[in-house]
Amino acid sequence: MQAATGSPEETYNYRVVRQFAIMTVVWGVVGMLVGVIIAAQLAWPELLPSVPWLSYGRLRPLHTNAVIFAFGGCALFACSYYVVQRTCHARLLSDGLAAFTFWGWQAVIVLAAITLPLGMTQGKEYAELEWPIDLLIAVVWVSYAVVFFGTIMKRRIPHIYVANWFFGAFILTVAILHIVNSAFSPASFTKSYSAYAGVQDAMIQWWYGHNAVGFFLTAGFLGMMYYFIPKQAGRPVYSYRLSVVHFWALIFTYMWAGPHHLHYTALPDWAQSLGMVFSLILLAPSWGGMINGIMTLSGAWHKLRSDPILKFLVTSLSFYGMSTFEGPMMSIKTVNALSHYTDWTIGHVHSGALGWVGMITIGCMYYLIPRLFGRTEMHSVRAITLHFWVATIGIVLYITAMWIAGVMQGLMWRAVNADGTLTYTFVESVKASWPYYVVRLAGGVLYLGGMLVMCWNVWKTVAGSRPVDAAIPAPAMAHA
Amino acid sequence: MDILYLLVPLSVVLAIAIGAAFWWAVRNDQFEDLEGPAHRLLLDDDDRIPPGSGTPPAPGCAPVPGGRAGTPAPVAAAGMPPPPD
Repeated sequence: MQAATGSPEETYNYRVVRQFAIMTVVWGVVGMLVGVIIAAQLAWPELLPSVPWLSYGRLRPLHTNAVIFAFGGCALFACSYYVVQRTCHARLLSDGLAAFTFWGWQAVIVLAAITLPLGMTQGKEYAELEWPIDLLIAVVWVSYAVVFFGTIMKRRIPHIYVANWFFGAFILTVAILHIVNSAFSPASFTKSYSAYAGVQDAMIQWWYGHNAVGFFLTAGFLGMMYYFIPKQAGRPVYSYRLSVVHFWALIFTYMWAGPHHLHYTALPDWAQSLGMVFSLILLAPSWGGMINGIMTLSGAWHKLRSDPILKFLVTSLSFYGMSTFEGPMMSIKTVNALSHYTDWTIGHVHSGALGWVGMITIGCMYYLIPRLFGRTEMHSVRAITLHFWVATIGIVLYITAMWIAGVMQGLMWRAVNADGTLTYTFVESVKASWPYYVVRLAGGVLYLGGMLVMCWNVWKTVAGSRPVDAAIPAPAMAHA
Repeated sequence: MDILYLLVPLSVVLAIAIGAAFWWAVRNDQFEDLEGPAHRLLLDDDDRIPPGSGTPPAPGCAPVPGGRAGTPAPVAAAGMPPPPD
């Protein structure tokens, strides 16, 4: 317990949090705009001039990288840096290294936005970036780990709040996943080949891919949930004990679920079944956490009526609960036989991405941004409410359209005539999907529209405000 | 499936590392008090703004009464009914 004498003005490093928070909103708009464009391309394939860098195959990885690593990544950086400082009563380990993680991460994003449309890709889903960028990611990520764990080590609060455990697991696991999956042998500066081949590569890829969902898009955002929901609701988390159990159960089981992406492939049958069993087990910790978050509002449900930030946060948990029920269900081999390769998967992903990751991020940004700029609240609370409803309607349109299209495609592909021939050609299922592609596009446009409202609101909140760096409480208060 | 010779040991090593982290946490009394940390989170007041910084709220964006008083104020907007407390 060191006294803060000598530096009475000691403050938190809000600067890097501000930078990441603003870029979260910017990249959110960019990534979702690309999503809307490729959704329109699926309905109208000839929409854009026929040049290679505007083709669906190149823009689609740009969309996924932008929303996951740019929008989601910046949100994770911003929130983890904010939460670790506030809950440890300590400034980040190094301002210089924290600034490096910001500029390094933005460089990765810009390089991705240039190289992916040019067709430079390793061809591994969610790990498309070529090897020089992969190396930069590794350096930035290790710096991130140093800043985060260094801050934990210099904490003034002996107890490590549960959110930091989630952030810590997310940072460490993503480092391991990235390094193992991106192992390559370079052929030139812009081309490399995976170190693995065939089904081996597929297994590594989905060990990475599923754990990227589990740790990047789940554990990290659960860390945000365990800080921002209690803070915004003004109530302690429903059961702190459950949150600790939630953490350990989740990280022990997530690692083994990847094979469910490879049902009915060359992967050995036992490995597929093992992946399915662990996916089913995952339902328990996932729902434990979801219930823990939602029940935090018990006794304060009325706040949901008037507080649109809470609406975002709690609705995100509802989508988390839906997705983590749907996911294990889809990992059951008999269900997967129908759902795999159809648009049901796309609907499932977006229920998690737009509903869980997107909404909790948006809620957290609405909480953070006023505090980082010395305001008590956003410029317009009505605009937050508008954003909430537009986004919710957008998600519902998106996922119901994909559910219907996906189940229809699965049923059409498996339909056989009495003589054993296929009832439908593939193109007939594409034709039948067209109306749902248009509805999906409408949902995406609504969700993007909500982000534009947020952009305006953030601009009005930030313009004319002065950045604020809050003071670190004196150690005596640390035990209040 | 040679790749399992990499993935299974890697997962086992990770599981051991997680176990070690859990053991460290238990030994360091991280789980001695499973009520207090939840409440201490709310005592950390991140609503307070240092004097002399920031700008007064824009016209038409009246501060919520009691908004900076230390309790995390509900974000009820001007023009919205206050929550029935």
